[in-house]
Amino acid sequence: MSAADTTTAGAAPAATVEGYNFAYLDEQTKRMLRRALLKAVAIPGYQVPFASREMPLPYGWGTGGIQVTAAVLGADDTLKVIDQGADDTTNAVNIRSFFARTAGVRTTTRTERASVIQTRHRIPETPLSEDQILVYQVPIPEPLRWLEAREQETRTLHALAEYGLMQVSLYEDVAQHGRIAKTYDYPVEVAGRYVMAPSPIPKFDNPKMDRNPALQLFGAGREKRIYAVPPYTSVRSLDFDDYPFDVEDWSQPCALCGATDSYLDEIITDDAGGRRYVCSDSDHCGKRREAGHTGPQGETS
Amino acid sequence: MSGYGADAPILIADELRHSFGRVPALQGVSFDLHPGEVLGVVGESGSGKTTLVRALSGELVPQGGRVLYRDREGELLDLHALPEGRRRRLYRTDLGTVRQNPRDGLRMTVSAGANVGERLMALGQRHYGSIRAQAEDWLARVEVDPDRLDDVPAQLSGGMQQRLQIARNLVSGPRLVFMDEPTAGLDVSVQARLLDLLRGLVADLGLAVVLVTHDLGVARLLAHRLMVMQHGEVVETGLTDQVLDDPQHAYAQLLVSSILPV
Repeated sequence: MSAADTTTAGAAPAATVEGYNFAYLDEQTKRMLRRALLKAVAIPGYQVPFASREMPLPYGWGTGGIQVTAAVLGADDTLKVIDQGADDTTNAVNIRSFFARTAGVRTTTRTERASVIQTRHRIPETPLSEDQILVYQVPIPEPLRWLEAREQETRTLHALAEYGLMQVSLYEDVAQHGRIAKTYDYPVEVAGRYVMAPSPIPKFDNPKMDRNPALQLFGAGREKRIYAVPPYTSVRSLDFDDYPFDVEDWSQPCALCGATDSYLDEIITDDAGGRRYVCSDSDHCGKRREAGHTGPQGETS
Repeated sequence: MSGYGADAPILIADELRHSFGRVPALQGVSFDLHPGEVLGVVGESGSGKTTLVRALSGELVPQGGRVLYRDREGELLDLHALPEGRRRRLYRTDLGTVRQNPRDGLRMTVSAGANVGERLMALGQRHYGSIRAQAEDWLARVEVDPDRLDDVPAQLSGGMQQRLQIARNLVSGPRLVFMDEPTAGLDVSVQARLLDLLRGLVADLGLAVVLVTHDLGVARLLAHRLMVMQHGEVVETGLTDQVLDDPQHAYAQLLVSSILPV
């Protein structure tokens, strides 16, 4: 696992491509993005429209996150990219190498060494600090979209803070399933005002957003929206007084590192119904094993 | 029902005008509605009845004229001139709209309970048990079996959908309700029971109602006062019995005489 750590201690990666501006986008585009980001930070949770650019990969693969990353990345930054918590999945590997080649920045898989972390579907288990920026890839930025199809109407609902509709969907969950059944992209209220889609992170990660010291930026490329949660901003998951928000828990620890406090993926191991649970955050799991923690199946991996 | 004219009007329509292209739908319609009063609006198809309800219920901004509503504090508010947030809040607290087609007035993808509870949640209620109990109570009041609380509207009959729509509107305790052909599309026996229910609720809650209907029988049963419309104009207005028994205007006479003798 630790072989995936590509931190190159100051040296620029050898294969920086010629002919592109730093971090692929031209300076005017980055200024446009930064203006949108500043507005987003000024109004926590508010979706700021921006002129999303065509990127050299398809919509849905993280074009929003990549544009935000390109706009905030500096030459001294160290970039980490995760997809479903892992540094070694296709999406993460390719976005990391994209910025290594177009910006020449250092990359890492170590959460604590990164200054910019682009993520899809997870918040790292390692607590973030004030000098870090977390960039989320967002497929559908509008939390009310499934309930109200008209864009004009959802904007009005946000403007007037009419969020009864969101509550109706939670009511319906409890009525049909006996509990709030939403497990990812669980709607949150930011700074006591805007209701926001936290992107498809598991609800397990929602509490990590609350008063997080890091700056959290969200980019939706196809939907052309940017929003943000500034450091130390309150983020409250919506719920009912008698059906309070809670997070998943697992009946067993991580099979590899024995962690009991991290988000676990269920992995099918054979055709006979064999399965095991392992940390979804590969960096977290690797560090624990380096430190000598072992889970029930730790030796076999 | 006694002395419903004594109070100041709760709703004033002032010279409402609207046309769709060259077709005039409202040509200066004015009326007053007092608390607890049921005003029937009758007329044939295309006479401007539905446009009137849409203008009153905030769905359509009339090209001319004002809709004035007197709120609980006695202040007279021009509904179409209010800031949008305030207007929308009024429409889901003090006012209600029951539409002809329940599909237009209900959220078809969520359960009956969620439909009734929506206004409560919009007003900030966050206790599931309490919202559910109120929804259950309201279903019972509109005579829908509370066992159907978790059914989606598509699983309910047309009559039940219409009752659900009524409960959904009344749950916030409105003072004024607009109804656009609430019993159209229902078979006669269901219609009769729904009318009975409406009459009871209107009397119990002291609701003021603008009731649009093309069915003079419905109007006779529910309305205190009638307003006859033709080509976007009010051609006759008066107490229901008076208009139905002794119509003055030629069109009103035609309308009354066209009731099928049963």
